[in-house]
Amino acid sequence: MTDAASNSPKSEHKPQSEAKRSLLQTLEVDTRLLGMIGAFLVICLSFQFWTGIRAMPVFVPNPLEWLSAGRFFVPQNTFNITIQTVSVAIMAAGMVFVIVMRHIDLSVGSLLALCSSVMAVFQTQIMPNTFGFGLEHPLTAPLSVLVGILTGVIVGSFQGWLIGYQRIPSFIVTLGGLLIWSRVAYFIAGGQTVGPLDGTFLMLGGTNGTIGVTASWILGAIAAAGAVYGLIKSRRARAGHGFPVKPVWAEAALSAIAVAAILGFVALLNSNEVPTARLRRLFAARGETMPEGYTEFYGIPISVLLLLIVALVLTVMSSRTRLGRYIYATGGNPDAAELSGINTRLLTVKVFGLMGGLCGISAAVASARLSNHSLDLGSLDELRVIAAAVIGGTALAGGMGTVYGAILGALIMQSLQSGMAMVGVDAPFQNIVVGMVLVLAVWIDIQYRKRTGV
Amino acid sequence: MTTNKPTPLVEMRDISIAFGGIRAVDHVSVDLHPGEVVGLLGHNGAGKSTLIKCLSGAYHADSGQILINGKPVTINNPRDARAQNIETIYQTLALADNLTASANLFLGRELITGAGFVDDAQMEAETRKIMGRLNPNFRKFNVPVSALSGGQRQSVAIARAVYFNAKILIMDEPTAALGPQETQMVAELIQELKAQGLGIFLIEHDIHNVMKLCDRASVMKNGQLVGTVNIADVTDEDILGMIIMGKKPAKAA
Repeated sequence: MTDAASNSPKSEHKPQSEAKRSLLQTLEVDTRLLGMIGAFLVICLSFQFWTGIRAMPVFVPNPLEWLSAGRFFVPQNTFNITIQTVSVAIMAAGMVFVIVMRHIDLSVGSLLALCSSVMAVFQTQIMPNTFGFGLEHPLTAPLSVLVGILTGVIVGSFQGWLIGYQRIPSFIVTLGGLLIWSRVAYFIAGGQTVGPLDGTFLMLGGTNGTIGVTASWILGAIAAAGAVYGLIKSRRARAGHGFPVKPVWAEAALSAIAVAAILGFVALLNSNEVPTARLRRLFAARGETMPEGYTEFYGIPISVLLLLIVALVLTVMSSRTRLGRYIYATGGNPDAAELSGINTRLLTVKVFGLMGGLCGISAAVASARLSNHSLDLGSLDELRVIAAAVIGGTALAGGMGTVYGAILGALIMQSLQSGMAMVGVDAPFQNIVVGMVLVLAVWIDIQYRKRTGV
Repeated sequence: MTTNKPTPLVEMRDISIAFGGIRAVDHVSVDLHPGEVVGLLGHNGAGKSTLIKCLSGAYHADSGQILINGKPVTINNPRDARAQNIETIYQTLALADNLTASANLFLGRELITGAGFVDDAQMEAETRKIMGRLNPNFRKFNVPVSALSGGQRQSVAIARAVYFNAKILIMDEPTAALGPQETQMVAELIQELKAQGLGIFLIEHDIHNVMKLCDRASVMKNGQLVGTVNIADVTDEDILGMIIMGKKPAKAA
């Protein structure tokens, strides 16, 4: 305050904004992340109001009523949105590294189709006819997924080799890939939908494979403990070298937020009830009758777990390994990276190989969700994936972007689309809105960077 | 030329390199002794940077030989150069703008924890240590280097060379982007490194800096070596004559 008093009277707003900033600075929170979470919450709340107003037989001018009548923020809908986000989010996480390296991958949707067709044909035709393992054999699902991921890694690495070693621009190579791989997928699938797929494989899709309430809570508790342990450990490492550390209350607040977010997420997924009709079918399949009043909850879907694992591994890779450090260095200054002895060509192959592998994982989730390989699987996904990464703060100029940002970007896009579908916005208008949000998000990001000088 | 000195630290013999049809460096020989600063002078496009990039591993010479301590070596890439304790501070400041000072200092040679992860805390500690020695005013350890001033960035680049025990230092116009104070800081640093027995190749445009910092100067023009002179024996007009006219002063042969 003495500071402000000695300043000119022009800066009367200064003390307040300084206090605010210093709070955020003390917490060392990523303000961009905070902004994205804020935008996401605004979207969720808007649709909650909107669906609430629509659900009322008579309009009541009371926002609290709208909020409670809303259909957006209910367990079933959040569960569905989470499941629908996974496929794009997994690819967006990999796209971050591609864009950070100043490249682009337009082939991810086609590559997803290729991986999906390979997996579908492998488990429905090659496994039974060549190895004699039919559907529902315990090896079918794991081997199919492995073959699918391998396909993605090989194709992705090949594209990476063309880009890194043959110096063909990534835009061209992957534009070619966009045209090529979806047609190859068409021929592999014989021009038709391939199905039904293996039952264990379908568990990757979402609703068909959830880990149940108890396991979800246990996992949530482990994750929460892990987050707190991670915060304590990094604080110790900094304190051990005598660096400035955050005050204890700030660390405690961050830990509390992390724990609340993790457990809240688990609680949300755990509160989604399995429909009675579906439970009755499950009991009937086992030759039993369902007891009256029996209820069951879904818990965390395996596909979401898969996404979380991918996110964790890639985040650790990006911030704590040489590979990640070199990807960001190359994106920031390719010449500097080269002169520092980094093999940027091989790095390009690795990044595109990783992207391909993620397309494989994503293909497994997407085809399992639809319970067969359909011909239009993955079409236009490249645009959704790039948009998710960009909305999540990845700069096309390279060197900047985070995995969690991209996943949040995918979540924002899916929420927008689901929400608009719920309130009855026509499909063409949905695309118009998503397009505008994409441009707006990048504009806000540019303004933010200009202001903060980052 | 000096004949009574021991084996040079670096000897580049008869180096040639061409891009397309243009001979960027045409049969040039230069050498460098421990504790010596050799200036490389010439107009833009005279071939100084190209010559020196053959030593730092960014280019590979078409013909010629590089000897370190009298032994022929092969330098195919920056990694090979570093293995010979050759460190380069580039004109364009080879820093990744989006990374912190310590990430840049250790780029390509990160410290690793037992589990194989990069040890950021340890690297920051080392960076603080060396920056405390080179540039005690340096405080910005947790921001990308894009937020640093020209002098601060230069001190990161120099710290990189010093930290990894360079024996041979190549500086490509180290003061080009700096203010007077920062230039003075770099000049003092060069004297200190020289006293420690490093050999320094200094590419420099400013003739006053050359007269002040260098022991010898090799002048190039159109890819060819005009000559090498002892700074003590010549005036700045002599050197300017070599750079502009390409003529060697009669008295310093």
